[in-house]
Amino acid sequence: MRANPMALLEVEHLDVRFPLRRGEIRAVRDLSFSLERGERLGIVGESGAGKSVLAFSLLKLLSRPGRIVAGKVRFEGRELTSLSERQFRRLRGNRLAMIFQDPLTTLNPVLTIGQQMIESLKAHRRLSTRRARIVAIDKLRQVQVSSPERRLEQYPHQLSGGLCQRVVIAIALLLEPDIIIADEPTTALDVTIQAEIITLLKRLCDEHDVGLIVISHDLGVIGQLTQRTLVMYAGRIVEQGPTREIINDAQHPYTQGLINALPQMTLPRQRLHQIPGSMPTLSEVPSGCAFNPRCAYRMTPEGLPRRDCIENVPQPVRSGECQVACHWVAELIAREPSEERAT
Amino acid sequence: MIMFLIRRLCQAIMVMFVISVIGFTLQSGLGDPVRQLLGQAATDADIMALRQSLGLNDPLWLQYLHFAGNAMRLDFGNSYFFHEPALEVIARYLPATLELIVTSAVITLLLAAPMGVYCAIRPRSWLSKTLMGLSVVGISVPVFLTAMVLIQLFSIGIHVTLFPEGTGWGSWLNQALSTQGGMPAYGRGSPVHVWGVWSTNFASWRGWLYLLLPALSLAFVMLPLFVRLIRAEMLEVLESDYVRYARARGIRASRIYFLHALKNTLLPVITLGGVQIGTLAAYTLLTETVFQWPGAGLMFLDAIERADMPLIVAYLMVIGAIFVVINTLVDLLYRVLNPRITISGRPA
Amino acid sequence: MKQDRAGTETRWRRFGDSYFVYRLRRDRLAQLCLALFVLMMASILAAPWIAPSNPYDLAQIDLLDSELPPFWLAGSEPGFPLGTDAQGRDLLSTILYGARVSIAIGLGAVMLQAMLGTALGLLAGYRGGVIDTLLMRLVDIQLSFSTLMMAIIIGAVVKTAFGGAFYGDYGVVILILVIGLSEWPQYARTVRAKVLVEKHKDYVDAARVLGYSGRRIMLRHILPNTLSPILVISTVQIANAIMAEAALSFLGLGMPETQPSLGSLIKSGFDYLQSGSWWITLLPGLFLVAFVLVVNLLGDWLRDTLNPRLPEGPL
Repeated sequence: MRANPMALLEVEHLDVRFPLRRGEIRAVRDLSFSLERGERLGIVGESGAGKSVLAFSLLKLLSRPGRIVAGKVRFEGRELTSLSERQFRRLRGNRLAMIFQDPLTTLNPVLTIGQQMIESLKAHRRLSTRRARIVAIDKLRQVQVSSPERRLEQYPHQLSGGLCQRVVIAIALLLEPDIIIADEPTTALDVTIQAEIITLLKRLCDEHDVGLIVISHDLGVIGQLTQRTLVMYAGRIVEQGPTREIINDAQHPYTQGLINALPQMTLPRQRLHQIPGSMPTLSEVPSGCAFNPRCAYRMTPEGLPRRDCIENVPQPVRSGECQVACHWVAELIAREPSEERAT
Repeated sequence: MIMFLIRRLCQAIMVMFVISVIGFTLQSGLGDPVRQLLGQAATDADIMALRQSLGLNDPLWLQYLHFAGNAMRLDFGNSYFFHEPALEVIARYLPATLELIVTSAVITLLLAAPMGVYCAIRPRSWLSKTLMGLSVVGISVPVFLTAMVLIQLFSIGIHVTLFPEGTGWGSWLNQALSTQGGMPAYGRGSPVHVWGVWSTNFASWRGWLYLLLPALSLAFVMLPLFVRLIRAEMLEVLESDYVRYARARGIRASRIYFLHALKNTLLPVITLGGVQIGTLAAYTLLTETVFQWPGAGLMFLDAIERADMPLIVAYLMVIGAIFVVINTLVDLLYRVLNPRITISGRPA
Repeated sequence: MKQDRAGTETRWRRFGDSYFVYRLRRDRLAQLCLALFVLMMASILAAPWIAPSNPYDLAQIDLLDSELPPFWLAGSEPGFPLGTDAQGRDLLSTILYGARVSIAIGLGAVMLQAMLGTALGLLAGYRGGVIDTLLMRLVDIQLSFSTLMMAIIIGAVVKTAFGGAFYGDYGVVILILVIGLSEWPQYARTVRAKVLVEKHKDYVDAARVLGYSGRRIMLRHILPNTLSPILVISTVQIANAIMAEAALSFLGLGMPETQPSLGSLIKSGFDYLQSGSWWITLLPGLFLVAFVLVVNLLGDWLRDTLNPRLPEGPL
């Protein structure tokens, strides 16, 4: 149906702010990316990088007083930020579904699984309750929930965390959406169940040709689940590219730090690296490159601070298959293209 | 379920035991049925004989057992004043009080739910702020004062002359602020008898008129508490993940507010309701006094004036029993509405 | 001596710098309430000097002055700014004197409740076991009956037991006892909850290791930590006690008309509502509402100020 290769979702120069009494918080800054149909995209970063705010701003579900100050979100070429609340409601859950972090607090504790699934369907489709039940049971089967008829009568607290997350995934799939946004979908779960959920999500997205945006602080999850990755730091994308490239051959100093901080099973007794310092709070981001106070490369080989890093926000440059926003990387490329991977 | 009922039953028995001991102490310590029955002119011999026949010379525990046994057979003795069984007197007065309580409870909940929800979803609107301000004032107004103000406004009527009568706007404002009065504010009129046993104010238009002011004054006292509670709970619930998730699923706002959120605020409201039933009973005493509403409360106060001990004891026992029953019902309702607790009391 | 003065000075300075004063400086409503509270308390305390007449002094009362309206209505007289009641007493004076009685009862009752409730709450929370179960069951029963109902029942019992005349003579003491005995569960419950939290903290263990007696630990170590919740409920309880007193007096279970409180003023004025003299009952009522409202608002403010993070040091 969609002949042109135009992206399913395009975000351009998105800017999200929280005006507070003691100063404004800029959670997302001039951020652009796109998502193809059926693509699985990861967004990674430390907590506080603005990942969740980005996710909620895509659905226009920002909590007060947050608002989108500038930028465009285009879905199938349609501009979303200017839609009315009523028009947007028709998209939510229907074309753009979301999976939250903690499955146990996501589902309403006083309504049964069935009530919540059926109301989701009825909010967007004209269906009889009986038809809706059949669809719900079918979806629960697809996410491998045992005895789905019985589950419909149960309350969320009667289900385990893993089972709840399966239900939440089933609800996300109920209306055959085009995009699923999953905010830390496995963080609240046990490790063994994490793996199951990751496999399930991957398979379902492929089967239904759904675009998936996974938000996580866990590079392991991103590595297993996604094809392409954005690395966020203090509200901006610092590096993006194919997930395999990012993990095997990160170029931005921050991404390198993230990867070095990962424990490696194959190398026992090795001390974990950590990135010195901590992420700035979003209200007091340093000038220039937000990462510069923690960056190992902010000094020139001569031992002087790199002026660019402190004064100018780095613009993304192409480097291999990735785009990197870093003055140091840009310099390397400009100086000696063949030596660009000299880490 | 059975465990829950047994536990509640044990609790109820304990409460009733405590109340019966209080009642017994009153009866034996303060009431002197001999004088009441024989009058002042009785001889000592008569008194002794009667004391013996009434069992007043028995040891205390035996007297208590006697009292408790009678109480279980719903026999609290005859009222000194009415000369008929105390329980029958109460049964005659109680419906009027119950009608008052039910009406005001319905008014309270019908007003409190939309007000509380509104104040929570539009916390910054002027209407919310006004309502919240009024609720603080409302908490500080005693029920009998509310009742009197209602009488002054709607029964007696006020004639405002604050603004200059000569000017058009002045007399208009005076007119607008003045009230007619005329609402009945004394007694319950002539209640209609239905089904032979129940005389009610619900069955006639006049009856409702008589009921309105007393019920409103009670409702205005309860209203602020409930509005504030519902608002506070709603505000908390609206911040929850599941409300955000419901929005992310594209559920309609009205459904989110009145089903997803309100159902979660219901549990604390029920708890408060259960606690407030007792207070409501105390308030009916005051309201009934102001409006001379011939209910159980007014009867109780008269009984105190007349030192009508059997009636006082019977009233305490009946009120105690009603509290126990209502608290049990509230507990039961809480469990039915809260899926997180199974009826047996174990978390599921 | 000198050292003492220096001590109080720094204490005052510390008080001035505290979070408490900081919050007060920022909150207009709290300032207004505090000002009103101080004004009302001052005029009540100074009633014998500022009131136009002494309502207890029969010589100053003239029945011919009865039911005069307040100053803004036609027919008022300059000597009686808020009008007079049915016996010709100046209403402003009776309100001020009545409020003295009401507040005395309120404070007395709250002190009684606080002592009783705190002691029992400490005991229940610290000792636990059977004492705890029994006390808390009692608290539950009493609260489910509602404290006002309890007060009415106790009042009724006392009145039937000792007769109306005795009740009238010892009204203040009886009301303090009645309200104090019916409202202590509020304190017991709050203190117990706080004790359960404090009990397991290290400083209590340390005191126990040092071999202090349970009594000493309860009074010297745990009690000071329960003071801020006690302070917060005390304001609300004062308002409650004054309301309870008014309710009891209104039911005829309170102060006699010869020594009226606000509640008995409202009660005696009620009979004249129908005859058009609304001020006799509604003006004392208005004063009652204003006082209770101010105390409630201050209580709310105190709770908000003390709860989020309790500042260490002077309060």
